[in-house]
Amino acid sequence: MKYLKLKATTFLIAATLASPLAAQEAGGRLDIVVQPEPPGLMLGLVQNGPTQMVAGDIYESLLRYDSDLNPMPSLAKSWEISDDGLTYTFKLQEGVIWHDGKPFSADDVVFSADVFLRETHARLRASLAYVESITAPDPLTVVFKLKEPFGPFINAFENGTMPIVPKHIYEGTDFANNPANATPIGTGPFKFDEWVKGSHIHLVKNEDYYIDGLPHLDEVFYRVIPDAAARAVAFETGDVDVLPGGSVENWDVPRLAEMDGVCITEKGWEFVAPLAWMWLNNREGPTANVKFRQAVMYAMDREFMQQVVWNGFGKVATGPIASSTNFYSDDVTIYDHNPEKAKELLAEMGYDGEPIRILPLPYGETWQRWAEAVRQNLSEVGINAEIDSADVAGWNEKTSQWDYDLAFTYLYQYGDPALGVSRNYTADRIKKGSPWNNVEGYNNPELDKKWAAAATMVTPEERNSAYADIQKEIVDDVPVAWMQELTFPTIYRCNVKDLVTTAIGVNDGPRNAWIEK
Amino acid sequence: MIRGPMTIFAVIVSRLSKAVLTLLAIAILNFFLIHAAPGDPAVVLAGEAGAADEQMIEQLRDRFGLDQPLYVQLGKYVAGIVQLDLGYSFRQGAPVVDLIADRLPATLLLTLTAFVVSLVMGIIFGVSAAARVGKPSDSILTTLALLFYATPLYWLALMAVLVFSVWLGWLPGFGYETVGENYTGFTRIFDILSHLVLPALTLGLFFTAVYMRMARASMLEVSQLDFVKTAKAKGLSDAVIRRRHILRNAILPVVTLAGLQAGQLVGGAVLTETVFAWPGIGRLMFESLAARDYNTILGVFLVSAAMVILFNIVTDIVYRIVDPRIGARS
Repeated sequence: MKYLKLKATTFLIAATLASPLAAQEAGGRLDIVVQPEPPGLMLGLVQNGPTQMVAGDIYESLLRYDSDLNPMPSLAKSWEISDDGLTYTFKLQEGVIWHDGKPFSADDVVFSADVFLRETHARLRASLAYVESITAPDPLTVVFKLKEPFGPFINAFENGTMPIVPKHIYEGTDFANNPANATPIGTGPFKFDEWVKGSHIHLVKNEDYYIDGLPHLDEVFYRVIPDAAARAVAFETGDVDVLPGGSVENWDVPRLAEMDGVCITEKGWEFVAPLAWMWLNNREGPTANVKFRQAVMYAMDREFMQQVVWNGFGKVATGPIASSTNFYSDDVTIYDHNPEKAKELLAEMGYDGEPIRILPLPYGETWQRWAEAVRQNLSEVGINAEIDSADVAGWNEKTSQWDYDLAFTYLYQYGDPALGVSRNYTADRIKKGSPWNNVEGYNNPELDKKWAAAATMVTPEERNSAYADIQKEIVDDVPVAWMQELTFPTIYRCNVKDLVTTAIGVNDGPRNAWIEK
Repeated sequence: MIRGPMTIFAVIVSRLSKAVLTLLAIAILNFFLIHAAPGDPAVVLAGEAGAADEQMIEQLRDRFGLDQPLYVQLGKYVAGIVQLDLGYSFRQGAPVVDLIADRLPATLLLTLTAFVVSLVMGIIFGVSAAARVGKPSDSILTTLALLFYATPLYWLALMAVLVFSVWLGWLPGFGYETVGENYTGFTRIFDILSHLVLPALTLGLFFTAVYMRMARASMLEVSQLDFVKTAKAKGLSDAVIRRRHILRNAILPVVTLAGLQAGQLVGGAVLTETVFAWPGIGRLMFESLAARDYNTILGVFLVSAAMVILFNIVTDIVYRIVDPRIGARS
């Protein structure tokens, strides 16, 4: 790989002289870090981050999304939404075949959405509750009929949300235990070749891909390197070309980004738009008091945390909806760093120094330091806080059993508040046993109605004002302490072109990526 | 002495039968330990998906058999291992035996290399340091040994990568072999060996230091004994006395330690494997633990425990060969 880097600099002048339309060169291999090793590659069954990244090259969905979240063709070449917002009609690409050579048709889409994913995919299941029927009037047309308008439905056709799986392999089988899960078959630009557990996953170019000239790359290797420092070294020595967001600790990012021929981008996270916050246990202890929760917000110097703990990446959050998502409003109470105000609020409520526990997210050093910064800020206003650590399983257990006072988390927003935001705040989502719902126990029946109404309004304008209203109200209640909109910079060699072009970044990046020689 | 070979045979039989019971007890104990840890594989898997409802968690628990009472799960597990069936990893979608078998060669290559290198170097350095006790070369060797003994493995590994891989570019810093080149034959062997150097040395240095200190101290102690004076009085040369009289007696503590290290051949390289991205069993164990992949962790624990027991037996046998008095006494 070393010679590639040299070549890249040698040809730098040539590249700048060449017009941007210069042929996208075919061939080459891309080495991308995947961390942690995925538990499986069958995207319909497993949807954790690493699986979405690797299997995002193997499987496809009906739509892709640009960085402004506008839908683009994928398996669907065109689509139409009826004026009443109830009928979604998709025309499919012609000549698509599965990696095993069988033809792809509308039946596969109906099977995937209506049978397979309805059984296996918790997040899609929530959206499918709005669907009345999914039909295939002809082999190249799929129609989704809704029971009531559901604005965010157009965002449900993303690859991690509705991957299309082969009907001829899965129909009538026990999906989870189908032996074919070990050798995933999709329609995507790359085919699964080999998985050496603990070392790497090898994908090869799909020669029969239905778009001429794509993909450009011959092969992609996803490399499993368990230690963050070793991943940085692997990039430095040229063994890997791409460090997707979150692969190295934040403080290594500036050093790597300064290397010759290395590029960095914060794009590619628009669809998931991760927002980090601390759950404040609304049920008991000091955190049950809204004044205490507001005091926590004023006590924290979130600018400092963003600058120091996150090395300047990301953005301080103002409320429940990330600013990159639709329907964001900044017309809300702004909690600046104001220790005096925090002390006043604590005095008003009569806080007696009852100790509270902070549960950091066990995802590496950055999160640990973040918790320490919070503890420091809280102790400055007289809140007696201590850090209560756990590993991933322990964190899941404590949060899903509500055994915490303050707990760090972050959640994907999936392009729409009705998909990724309201699930943390409405009372019908207060359920023990899962860390992905209203864990804080916030219960506001008035707002519940507004969340529900906003989800089913037809026009974006109506929804916009409804969500602005919700944001204004909920920010004063501080059900959780909103921390930061996270961005995880992707670090890559500059000769890798067109890697991050969509709202899901590296997850479908290799489809269009090419290497400048 | 007429029962010489028979004794060893009898010892093996009796130790093996005890070993089976010990292993069973270990398996049951591990089972309870791992189930006492907070969280379960269903919650972890659901958590990773970034979204979950009750239906999903129930489905997972049902699939993994976690909805059954603990004693039923234990009964099934024990019934399985009695038939040498370590169960199925639902997380990885493969039988645990296959997962372990996949990873075992890489780990054994690493740990055995480190074991042999450290044992040989440790004894050589220890004996030569003892022969030159008090001289500068002895001081240098003991200082180095102390240094490597006290340095955290993790730090040493990172520094080795930094120097030999990043700065000098002599050796690959991680992995088991060059990915994607499909080397065969001697090229492949050479490729794997070049990947092996740094992790094996890192892992081996600590034990080299331990063996060296042990061998040196033991050599010095034995050389003070009366029979050594007798040997000298007989007019034997120093080299012969060292090799045939002192070393033979001084080696026992080293054998004991070597037996302990050998017991860790399977599970003792977690850190080294993590830093060097070595696809071995230590990482499998660590990652399965984080994911609460019960059957896989229990499988790795059981294989590790079997190795410890096996090498304890081997150590006992080696004792008898090195020092026939042990067999005679018992």
